[in-house]
Amino acid sequence: MIVLEKRPAPSRGWALATPVLAVLATMVVGGLLFAALGKDPVLAIRTIFWDPLFGDFASYTRPQLLIKAGPLILIAIGLSFGFRAGIWNIGAEGQYVLGALTGAAVGLAFYPSESRLIFPLMVLAGALGGMAWALIPALLKVRFGTNEILVSLMLVYVATNLLAYAALGPLQNPEGMGFPGSRNLAQWPAAANLDLLPGTGVHWGVVAAGLAVIAAYILLSRHVFGFAVRLAGQSPRAAAFAGVSPSGLVYACMAISGALAGLAGVFEVTGPAGQISIDFNVSYGFTAIIVAFLGRLHPVGILLAGLLMALTYIGGEMAQTQLGLPAAAVQLFQGMLLFFLLAMDLLTTYRLRLGHQRVTATRPVATQPHPAGGTR
Amino acid sequence: MDLSGISPILLLASLMVASTPILLAALGELVVERAGILNLGVEGMMITGAITGFATAVATGSPVLGFLGAAAGGAALSVLFAVLVLWLKSNQVATGLALTLFGLGLASLVGQSYNGIRAPEMADITIPVLSELPVLGPILFQHDWVVYLGLALVAAVWWFLRTQAGLTLRAVGENHEAAHALGYKVLRLRFFAILFGGACAGLGGAYLSLVRVPQWTEGVTAGAGWIALAIVVFASWRPLRLLLGAWLFGGISVLQLNLQAANVPVPVEVLSMAPYVITILVLVLISSGRGRAALAAPGSLGQPFHASR
Repeated sequence: MIVLEKRPAPSRGWALATPVLAVLATMVVGGLLFAALGKDPVLAIRTIFWDPLFGDFASYTRPQLLIKAGPLILIAIGLSFGFRAGIWNIGAEGQYVLGALTGAAVGLAFYPSESRLIFPLMVLAGALGGMAWALIPALLKVRFGTNEILVSLMLVYVATNLLAYAALGPLQNPEGMGFPGSRNLAQWPAAANLDLLPGTGVHWGVVAAGLAVIAAYILLSRHVFGFAVRLAGQSPRAAAFAGVSPSGLVYACMAISGALAGLAGVFEVTGPAGQISIDFNVSYGFTAIIVAFLGRLHPVGILLAGLLMALTYIGGEMAQTQLGLPAAAVQLFQGMLLFFLLAMDLLTTYRLRLGHQRVTATRPVATQPHPAGGTR
Repeated sequence: MDLSGISPILLLASLMVASTPILLAALGELVVERAGILNLGVEGMMITGAITGFATAVATGSPVLGFLGAAAGGAALSVLFAVLVLWLKSNQVATGLALTLFGLGLASLVGQSYNGIRAPEMADITIPVLSELPVLGPILFQHDWVVYLGLALVAAVWWFLRTQAGLTLRAVGENHEAAHALGYKVLRLRFFAILFGGACAGLGGAYLSLVRVPQWTEGVTAGAGWIALAIVVFASWRPLRLLLGAWLFGGISVLQLNLQAANVPVPVEVLSMAPYVITILVLVLISSGRGRAALAAPGSLGQPFHASR
């Protein structure tokens, strides 16, 4: 019989190995799934993971990879602070939508001006919009003790309704002949967020994602805020004794994640999406949760995880057109990845031992981390 | 605008119907949380139940079998959650979210071939004599059997939590260390609680796809699972208050649909966001005030259990 034994500290080796193992396990089980759907599993896996990078259309799909990874990384970096500290912002999707809405609204207010200040102003408005939306659950949590998971999630549905309202009402293109959707921002030079180097897919959102990774790395490893976040996650009591204000932490984590999600939204609406429309949001906010966990809530990990998840998006689209694989299969694939990762997390925090309880009983007590509170 | 078309009796009658899916899902989650487990995958289990129930009902032509299939589908998905959370000690919040994402993907994959098909009809059961009552008759006694099942389950859970087994379940939820020390099988009990939660969520989902809509559309649950979670908090983990919460929410969603139909001069989007906004407001009211809901939460809620001895 296998006995679980808590490790004194999480294993670093396993923490690095489990995401890789989870990806491999997902490929195997995903392959079986594709086989069950009547597709050639090897071909499907190759189409999803290999062709976007090195296939026949790689010159087109590689820039797409960055375009998709940008918002995912940006949002996931923001979420990682809160997730580390045990503050669960699940509504990044709503903050992303709000960022796009406020950014676009501020920009469109100046249409058709050609001032160079418009784009920076829109970016600022987008960040503030996302931040404000995230501060609602933060405020309610601090003031009334309301569960931030539920409130931030409910606000996603409110945000999507606001999006529909804006696309059909206040932000509708007056010259759009009644079609829902705003003016095309990507075709308005003052607001457009195009590739900085044509054909590379690197727009301001991708740059912002890269900066966010670096800033988060410094913040977590070198700054007292990062220390407070890590401490609060590992031991809220110790954090309280160290003088970390719990409510301050809630506000800070929610504000950061909201602002970054809002930024992702405004970069998306001015660039790849081009306009506010009813189906503007494509659940980047939810996928970013997977990205954050897959990246072990670590900035560099999130960078890699974001690229990998973007790969499944692009590869999934290719598998859809070339192999007729349903779009939902990719969503299932992503969920599966998270499952495998969570399951394998066991190996980081526990040691597996063959044998009975007596094996642990004969071990010296000193090697047990916390004899009293060992289950925490 | 024409509000005269809204009949209070019909409104209350459709409230009973509208609240049933959330009631079922929330009831299952209530039992799960009373056992000390936080399953955020309600939405995923609901939509899985919605499609498995729909598929079974279409294949067999029988809504009853459909609901059975839905319960089985929801429970099957919850086994995944149970194994991860109970035996592989994964983070409950993250696993629940994964379950929702996975369930949404699974449902839309399975549901592809069911677009545009109508569900087999389900007859209302009019209870003789009682349904003839002037006002109460149409409100309470002229519904399909699932509405009655939901009410019966509320009573059953209320009763169960007072039995010996129910008290054990509550003990496990309040303090799993102590319960373990007393010799209760913490993990086994929680496993069955999670299974029950999954089956209930599946039933709730199927009620949406088989009765409320009644056809398969992607994202048919539209956040109902999350609202169910909110209602459990609203109810302070008590079955009878849960019924109240579900009726409140059902009432709001029916009212906003009626107001939309009556061409109230308010944008449709504002009306459709109303249920979510009101859920937030209710959560705020419940969490503040004297009887802070957080204090009523089961003591071990959301914490992993690892028997060290």
